[in-house]
Formats: sequence, C-alpha cells, structure tokens
Amino acid sequence: MYAKILAAGMYTGLCVLLATFALYLTGAVEPAIPIDRLPELWTLDVTKYLEAVNVQYLHHEHLLTGWTWVGAVGHGDYLNFVGIAVLSLVTLVCFLRIIPTLFRKHDYTYAVIAVLEVAILALAASGLLAVGE
Amino acid sequence: MAATCALAAALLLHPGAVGAQEATLAAQGVADAAATGTAAWWFWPAVLFGMTFVMGILAAVGGVGGGVLFVPIVSGFCPFHLDFVRCTGLLVALCGALAAGPGFLRMNLASLRLAMPVALIASTCSVAGAMVGLALPTSAVQTSLGIVILGIAVLMVLARKSAFPAVRSADGLSQALRIHGVYMEASLDQEIAWKIHRTVPGLLLFIAIGFMAGMFGLGAGWANVPVLNLVMGVPLKVSVATSKFLLSITDTSAAWVYVNRGCVIPMMVVPSLVGIMMGSFIGVRILRVAKPGFVRWLVIALLLFSGGKAITKGLGLPFIV
Repeated sequence: MYAKILAAGMYTGLCVLLATFALYLTGAVEPAIPIDRLPELWTLDVTKYLEAVNVQYLHHEHLLTGWTWVGAVGHGDYLNFVGIAVLSLVTLVCFLRIIPTLFRKHDYTYAVIAVLEVAILALAASGLLAVGE
Repeated sequence: MAATCALAAALLLHPGAVGAQEATLAAQGVADAAATGTAAWWFWPAVLFGMTFVMGILAAVGGVGGGVLFVPIVSGFCPFHLDFVRCTGLLVALCGALAAGPGFLRMNLASLRLAMPVALIASTCSVAGAMVGLALPTSAVQTSLGIVILGIAVLMVLARKSAFPAVRSADGLSQALRIHGVYMEASLDQEIAWKIHRTVPGLLLFIAIGFMAGMFGLGAGWANVPVLNLVMGVPLKVSVATSKFLLSITDTSAAWVYVNRGCVIPMMVVPSLVGIMMGSFIGVRILRVAKPGFVRWLVIALLLFSGGKAITKGLGLPFIV
C-alpha cells in the first residue's frame, strides 16, 4: 500500500511539475519575475532574494515564505510550486495511510513511530520552522 | 571550468555549430558573457542541465546518490547562491528516492520496519540541520561543506562493503522492534534471511547523518549504506534499497524547511531534476558495459576537487579553477 501511494504521488508530482514548467517557460502563464531578470537574483542569499523580488515585482505586505506562495500561483513561476509541494507531501500521505493499519494489527510501537513521523513531517511542512526572517 | 561549461552549453544550444572552430567560438562568446555577468538568462540553467545529466550518469554507474555530487559541484562552480543549491539538491535527491522507493519496497529489498525508526531519528535531525544551515553565515556552511565532502571522499576510499555481514545474534532492541526479513538473492537463486545487531549505535549515528543531510542539502546515501551494512549488519542489497527509501523521508522533512524559507527557484529545480533523471536513465544502461571501478575513482576525484573548491570559496581563498 505504501509503495502504491508513493509511486502514484511521485508520478503525479512529476507530471504536474513538468506541465507547469512548460507553461512557465513558454510564457503561457505570465511569471511574477521576468525570466531575463533571474540571473541578477539567484546570486543573492535567500533573504535578499525575497526582499528584492517583493520590492521589484510582488509588492506584498510580507515576504513570500511558508505557504504564502499559494496566493501567487496565478504567476507561471509560482505555479511550479504546486508540483514541488505534491512531491514533498507524498511521504506524509503514505505515513497517514499506514497508521490505521498498524493500529489494527496491534503493532503499537510502529504506530507510535508513524504518528511521530507524521508530526515531524507536518511541522516541517507547516512553515512554522522557517528561520532567518 | 567555466570554459568547459560554456563549451558544453554551446554544443547543447547551438547544435548547428558542429565544426570544432564554430563550437569553440560559440563557447568563447558564451564564456565571455558568463564571465562578465551578461550571459543570457538561459545560459546557467542550460549548464545546470548539462552538469546534472553527467552527474546522473556518474551517480548511477558510480553507485552514489546525485545529491552528494550536486551541492558541492553546483555551489562551487555556478553563480547560484548556496541557499538555492541546497534546496535544489534536496529536491533532486528526493525525486531519485521517490522514483526508486516503490520498486525496492515491492521487491522486498527495502525494509519498512528497519527504515521507520531510523527515519524518525534522521528526519528529525535533518530538520534541525536545515534550520542551523539556514541560520549560519554562508561562508561557514560552504567551508564546512567542503570539509564534509573531503570526508565523504575518504570514506569512499576506505569503506569496504560486505554483501552478507555476519550477525551471530540479533540484539535486544532489534528483536523488540522485530527488525528482520527475508529477500530473494537473484545471483544465488536463493532466499536470504537477515537480522541486525548494534541497533543503538547505528541509530545514534543517524543523528549526525540526518543533521548533515539537512544542513548541507546532501542526500545521505553515502553514509546510510555504510552504517546499515557495516555497523548494523544489514545485507548490502537491503542496505542500498532501504537507504534509498530512507532518503524519501529524510530529504522530505529537510526540503520543507528550505521550501518554506523561499529557497525555490523553478528555473534551477526543473532543469536539474530532468538532467539527473535523464542521466540516471542513460547511466543504468552504461552500467552494463562500464567499469564501475574506474567511475568510482572518478567520483572520488570529483568529490576531492569540489570539496577543495568549497573550502577555498568559503574561506575566500583562490582555487586552481
């Protein structure tokens, strides 16, 4: 079951990522950051990069960290985050799926390990641990 | 190095320039542009694609993960900031693990019972490592990365693998967790039963492995396999498969810290992913006819070279390239 979900999630994430990248690259969906401006941004550290992107292009109240990219998926570049999020969420879904099975089999030690793993993955994915802002 | 990258990019992007002179001229123009910072936006993504394609081949043939080559080489020789390189490196390693994981689980080579306790420790520590890595000055991380990469190269030279390690009796913790298994060894046409020992020291080592994976954005296959195989006594094939599966958990947690911090540039991530996957695809086919021993030494040389570059870059010292 774990393997089946892992495979399905991997193919879905990869297909979404390639499709959204094609939309971004062809200009079918306008990016927030013009592609030809990227070389002057990718040399900056992430804090300076986020500040520069916000001041020059996004004009949001806060820097685009955590899940705030969801509000920018109308732009071709941020649309790519959907595929990355799918790929990064697959493992969490797999663990969520096996927890009931482990409890049903009275394998309580591994059920607790799985619950703790879900907690760690969920905490990491939540954005609460973003540092350096 | 920049000139070599430029030549590769010129050949990749100007396939019409088949003559050596035209290719060299095209490469010279691109190299000049890259050196003066006026290169077209597509230049470095194209170089990234070419580099990851070669890395994919070397990783498949040399028996290492792509992440351990990606971070030191790309951060050392490309203009991308280390923050974005580490995030991309983790996503590259994650995709490789997601692609291989289901097959290894179905073949009963990757053990979920072995992976789950290890993954809990490694992923927790990879989150901590990612947070520390993002909080430290770039120069400190770059210098430490170089030292770690040189250490990995030495480990690759010294570590001997054991196909079927001798485990006289399983220790108490592994018995309590029921970590054991059976897999089909095709080369011997027989089923191999395995159990493990030294579980506590093995698990403690994954604290350091997870931390380093998160801090430097490296996949951790280079450390997972020796610890599982040589310390805990897991058969080599099960070690390799479980290690690959482990990366899908460890790298996910660390990757989220970088993604949530905003370290994602799709123009870096997608060419890298496609490059390394295409390279791995070709590499697996080359593996049938290549001499893995030679490629392994090539990988070690690359690690020594990129480790040296990372240290000098972190310390602001000149390097040969």
